[in-house]
Order: sequence, then structure tokens, then C-alpha cells
Amino acid sequence: MIERPDSAVSSVARNLEGYVGFANLPNQVYRKSVKRGFEFTLMVVGESGLGKSTLINSLFLTDLYSKDYPGPSQRIKKTVQVEQSKVLIKEGGVQLTLTIVDTPGFGDAVDNSNCWQPVINYIDSKFEDFLNAESRVNRRQMPDNRVHCCLYFIAPSGHGLKPLDIEFMKRLHDKVNVIPLIAKADTLTPEECQLFKKQIMKEIQEHKIKIYEFPDTEDDEDSKLIRKIKEKMPLAVVGSNVVIEVNGRKVRGRQYPWGVAEVENGEHCDFTVLRNMLIRTHMQDLKDVTNNVHYENYRSKKLAAVTCNGVDATKNKGQLTKSPLAQMEEERREHVMKMKKMETEMEQVFEMKVKEKKQKLKDSEAELERRHEQMKKNLEAQYKELDEKRRQFEEEKVNWETHQRILEQQKLDASKTMEKNKKKGKIF
Amino acid sequence: MPERTMAATEIARQAGEGARAVPLSGHVGFDSMPDQLVNKSVNHGFCFNILCVGETGLGKSTLMDTLFNTKFEGEPTQHNQPGVQLKSNTYELQESNVRLKLTMVNTVGFGDQINKEDSYKSIVEFIDAQFEAYLQEELKIKRTLHSYHDTRIHACLYFIAPTGHSLKSLDLVTMKKLDSKVNIIPIIAKSDAISKSELAKFKIKITSELVSNGVQIYQFPTDDETVAEINSTMNGHLPFAVVGSTEEVKIGNKMVRARQYPWGTVQVENENHCDFVKLREMLIRVNMEDLREQTHTRHYELYRRCKLEEMGFKDTDPDSKPFSLQETYEAKRNEFMGELQKKEEEMRQMFVQRVKEKEAELKEAEKELHEKFDRLKKLHQDEKKKLEDKKKSLDDELNGFKQKKTAAELLQSQAQQAGSSATLKKDKERKNFF
Repeated sequence: MIERPDSAVSSVARNLEGYVGFANLPNQVYRKSVKRGFEFTLMVVGESGLGKSTLINSLFLTDLYSKDYPGPSQRIKKTVQVEQSKVLIKEGGVQLTLTIVDTPGFGDAVDNSNCWQPVINYIDSKFEDFLNAESRVNRRQMPDNRVHCCLYFIAPSGHGLKPLDIEFMKRLHDKVNVIPLIAKADTLTPEECQLFKKQIMKEIQEHKIKIYEFPDTEDDEDSKLIRKIKEKMPLAVVGSNVVIEVNGRKVRGRQYPWGVAEVENGEHCDFTVLRNMLIRTHMQDLKDVTNNVHYENYRSKKLAAVTCNGVDATKNKGQLTKSPLAQMEEERREHVMKMKKMETEMEQVFEMKVKEKKQKLKDSEAELERRHEQMKKNLEAQYKELDEKRRQFEEEKVNWETHQRILEQQKLDASKTMEKNKKKGKIF
Repeated sequence: MPERTMAATEIARQAGEGARAVPLSGHVGFDSMPDQLVNKSVNHGFCFNILCVGETGLGKSTLMDTLFNTKFEGEPTQHNQPGVQLKSNTYELQESNVRLKLTMVNTVGFGDQINKEDSYKSIVEFIDAQFEAYLQEELKIKRTLHSYHDTRIHACLYFIAPTGHSLKSLDLVTMKKLDSKVNIIPIIAKSDAISKSELAKFKIKITSELVSNGVQIYQFPTDDETVAEINSTMNGHLPFAVVGSTEEVKIGNKMVRARQYPWGTVQVENENHCDFVKLREMLIRVNMEDLREQTHTRHYELYRRCKLEEMGFKDTDPDSKPFSLQETYEAKRNEFMGELQKKEEEMRQMFVQRVKEKEAELKEAEKELHEKFDRLKKLHQDEKKKLEDKKKSLDDELNGFKQKKTAAELLQSQAQQAGSSATLKKDKERKNFF
């Protein structure tokens, strides 16, 4: 007999009376994760010339894009391509395999219809790779190449979102974490920037676009921080590959005749906010949301399509909580029951027909028997009649013969007497 | 390059195809990733499942109470259990800010039966059932893996009776059946019954018996430098000889957990007295996470692989082209549908066959009936003919007789007439005579 702990079974809370040691579990997790290393895939999308490569270089403080490895705007193709660059960076003993996915040619053509399609295809293909790897019989360490975050660059027009922006974000918001950014924000004054941000957020809400949301925390301080960040969305960023000296400090910035726009100055742009959020605090959450929400969405759609091949969608509601195999098992059981029912029905019909036929046969047999009996009786009656007749005849015959004999005798006697009389002379 | 602690080959392996290493010109901040991960796990809570296998009375429950410093539920069991049962309890513990959902599974009645051949079966079934539950969840279409309460057994403490000689055959058989399904940590129970010298010999004997029987027990991992040294030392102390106690005794000016004998006091947390502290270190403080990882990546994967192969899943088709999941499921589904259809067809055919047979039978019966009646009819015809013949002959006779009678009567009447006329004549003559 086996008792399995049910996940619904209540567990008992216990207070410890002394040192046990599992408070060290987090350290064990830390140790193992450092040993494993980390991976992250970041996608950058936007028209050419919006400063995407510069921003990436600034974010990661490295020449990811350089002369030897040109950025997407330098690599414009005839059609939208999706390309990736993989780099390995290390810091504080922690190793990160960073994959940057960019889309040269996006939004640059005259007719940009469906320019999001290659992007969607790329994201889906990474999901599919993961799904297949996860579903193998022999599973190895699976590299996670799924796209964890998509930075979408909005041109700093100051007016609102372009139709292409809206269309792209609408199509991708349930496949990947979308973080919209206002690019080259140093072309907007703070007031213009505020208005622009308000307008953008309004349009995002109007079109029901689901951009990446920060998870709620129980920590009060963290919630305050998160609320502050939310107020600044979308983040207006400035990037720079150049280090400039300002008041004795070396800063990354853009040198103008009228001053220096500092990348890491919170009053100049939201770059620091982006970097902190993307890398220092929410990188893990971006991966988790990709895994638990976007990937699971993809997977359940894919598997539902496979197992409910063309079956009416309304019937499938309850079936999605099972694995496709359990589903087949249930269908098999249903089918067995259906077959049983069919069998009993057919059996019944069969028996009934047989009974009918047999009854008919019996009836005709009875009928024939009856007739035969009747004929026999008839015959017997006739026989009897005949016998009676014969008997009568015989009787009559005997009677007559007897009578004849008497007559004969009489006659004989008479003739004898006559003879006698004659002799006696009665005859003169 | 600063901070290159890993070998170049490892970096290359982890980097994958085409990842190039680039230097950073400042502090980016992703070194907080482990912390982010840790925070997430702490918020989510941890979960750990221990299975205790051992004969009744070896102090399993007491040891658990001692390890986790709390009194868990349960009455001591009797020896008269008819079979081996597994009873599990789940507890929520908290130490500083770490929450742990601990499940303890105890084997009740292990080793008490006269025939112990099947003792290991319920244990194996239990372990497999937990794997199966996880597998089912993993295969669902809509699944919630990240909030799934993992019930798979992460560690199996196997309690060895302190005989001082060697392992019992039940122990060897059971451990052999379990070593590919769970991390086995053998411990010598109630080791205060063994002297130090006997203990050393006992440990050596046990280890060699395990090796010679090919039993794979859990080895503390030595691939991470931070813990490699302590782990490899501890590996040498296996199996741990433990003593459990929830009673406290005053030693010096402290209350310590101990067992008091007339000849002395065995202190549970004294490393000279027993290996309890070592067990706690290894099991909980250092390797708990590794035990969970091994369960998931090794034992569970093995179970899953076997189960899927059993169900007919393959990774590649005969031409060794890899199957995509979709193809596999589609193929399975087609096969399945085909099977169902075939069954339906078979049943229909069977009925058609029966109908045909029955029809033939009934036709036969009908034919026989008709033949029978044809025969009767013929008989009847014959009889009728006979009757007719008889009738005819009778009629003939009748006619003949009638004729005869008529002829005779005619003759008679003639004769009479003649006679009477003769008589008349005679009379007349007579009369005339006179």
C-alpha cells in the first residue's frame, strides 16, 4: 500500500529548536549557479540609425559592435534579416554568455508590411528548438537560446507611436518581453520627453499592448523603486561609445557645442534606470517570465494543435490539463466504451432478427403441420367412410347371398317337391 | 585576463559555437545574477524529500527528530505489519529567512516479515510513483511546473543494523534495487552499540561488500573547489555511524542531546562519539542542493527515458533523422487512431460473419422443413391414391354385386313369372281339366 503525499495535503508548520543548517541552502544554490554560468539573449529592434549598437555597447561596456563586427545599421540587407552575435563576458567570477539578436533592415524599406514576420519566425524557431530538446528521450544539458527580452527602439519624433511601432509590439507582446525605449533621447527637452512618454503610454494602453511588467515585491523599498521606474516608462535612453572628461570626471557622453549629454546621468536620460533594471535586478525575472509564460504559451498551443487535430475547439477546454498521451489514453477508454455499446446494440439487433426468423419458421412449420393433420384427418374420415360402406356392402351382400341361398334352397325344394309331385302324378 | 579560474576548455564548452570572449571596460553589473537567482529561490521556498529505509526499531524517527531539531509526528510501530508500507508526512520549517518544505517518508514494517523477498517492491513502487507524477505534469499540455510540489525522493537514508559483522542480504538486495533510482546514503544506526575498533572494521566490511555487489551509493561531489576537499574527506567516512537522541543531558554547564548509560553518556553532537555532525553537515549544510540536482538530472532522467522508450518514443527514425516532438505525437496519434479504427472494423466484420452464418443456418432449417413437408405431401398423395383405388374397387364390387343382384332378381322374377304363369297355366290346365 502506498501513500503518496498530495500536493493539496496541508503541511504542518514546525518551529526549530536549534541549529539545523538548511539556511545554507541559498549559498549552495549560489555556488552551483556560478559554476554553471549564465546565459541571456537580448533582441534589439528598430529602424536603422536609432543608436541601437551604441546603446548595446554602452550597456555592456564593451565593443560588442565594432569595426570588425558592425552593427545592424551597417549591414542593411534587401530584406529584413535576423542575426545573432554571441559573446562571453565575465565579471566578479560570474560568467555570462550574452547573445544579441538584431534585425538589420527592419522598418527601412518603403513597404514594411510583414517586416515583423522574420522576427516572429526567429523567436518561434528558438522556442521550437527548446521544445524539441526538452521532449527528447535522451535529454542533455539544454542550452537556453530563447529570446528573453526585446528592446524596441522608438524614434524620438516627439509626437507618438508610428503605425509600424504599434503593429510590431502588438504582434510580439505575447511571444517575448517587450521593453519599449525612446532612442536618441538627447534630441528631446525634458518637457517634450514627458509629453512624448505620456502619449506613448496612452497609445500603448489604447492598443492593449502588453509590455514587460515588473513583478510585485513584498519589500516596501523595492516596491517604491518599481513604482518610480513605472512612472518613467518608456525609458528614454542615450548611448555613447566615447569617454569624455567633464569637470575632472571621465564619463561616457555625447559632446555638443552647448555641453555634454552624459549617458549615466539620471537627469539627462534614463540609461542608468535601464541598465539597473535590465542587468542588475531583473535579468533573472526576464528569463523566468520567458520560461514560465511565453514559452509555456507557445508549447501548449503547439501541443494542442497536435493532439486535437481539427477537433472542435470547444471540446478541448478540459483536455488541456492532460498530457497528449493521457489524452490518448482517455480517448482509448472512451472508444472501448463506445465499442462495447455498439457491440451490445448490434448483438441485440442480431438476436432480435434471429428470433423473428425463427418464429416465422416455427409458425410456418406449425401451419404446415396443421394442414397436414387436417388432411390426414380428412383421409382418415374418408377411410372410415369407405370401411363403413364396405361393411354395409358386405353385410348386404351376405344378406342377399344368404337370401339367395334360401331362395335357391326354396327353389330346389320347390322343384324337388314338384318333381315329387310330378312323380306322384300330380301331373295327369 | 583577470579572474580566469576556469580552464580554457571549459570556457569553450560553455561558450558554445561562435561565442567570442570580449573584455569589459567597467562594471556592468551582471555579477548580481547569482544573487537574483538566489532571491528568487528564497522567495519561492525550497523543498526536500527524505526517505528512511530500515528495519523497525533502528531509530529512524529519532534520528530525523534529532537532525531537524524538532519532534515530528508518529507513534513507534510494532513488528507485526503484514507488508511494507510507506508513510509520509510533510512539514514546513523555517530557519532565518529560508523556508523549507520537508517531506519525510518512512518505511513501516520493513524487515519484519518472515518472507522478505518482496520487501523492496513497495519502496521501488513508491519512488517510481513520484517520478511518474512529475513526468505526467511535465507532459501535460497546460502545465505549471514552477509551482509544482516536487515529491520526488532526493535522499534515501538506509539504516544498517549495528551487528558489527556485515550487511544483511536484505540490505544488499534492497540497496541494489534502489541505487539507480535514488541517492542512497547508508548509515549505521544505533552505533553506540559498537566499539570504536569494531566500528572501523564494520565500516570497511560494509564498504567492500557494497563495492563487490556493485551497489552505487551517493558520493559527495568533488567537482566544485569550494567544497571538494570537505566532501572527499567525508566520502572516506561513509557509512556514517550515527546516534540519535531527543533527550537532553547536562554536561558541564550546557544541555546537550545525549543518551545516558550507567557507564557513560553518549553525546550526539560530539564527533568523537559518533558521526552525527558529519551527517548533518553533508546532508543538509553542504550538499542538499546537489542531492536535489542529482535526483532531477540523473535518476529522474533515467526513469523518464525508460518510460518513454517503453511507450514507443524514439529520438530518431530508422534513417536516423531526428524526430520533432510534433512529428512524434502526430505519428503516435495516427497509430492510435488507426488502431481504434481497426478494432471497430474487426468487430463489424465479426458481426457480418455471424449474420452470414446464422442466415445460412436458418436457410438450411427452412429447406429441411420444406423437404419434410414435401415428403409428407407425397405420402399423403400416395395414401389418397390408395384410398381412391380402394374406393374404386369397392365401387366396382358394388356395381358388380348390383348387377349380379339385378340379374338374379330379374331371373327370379322371370322364373317366378314363368313359374307363376306356368303354375297359372297349370292351374288353368287343371282347371280346364275339370
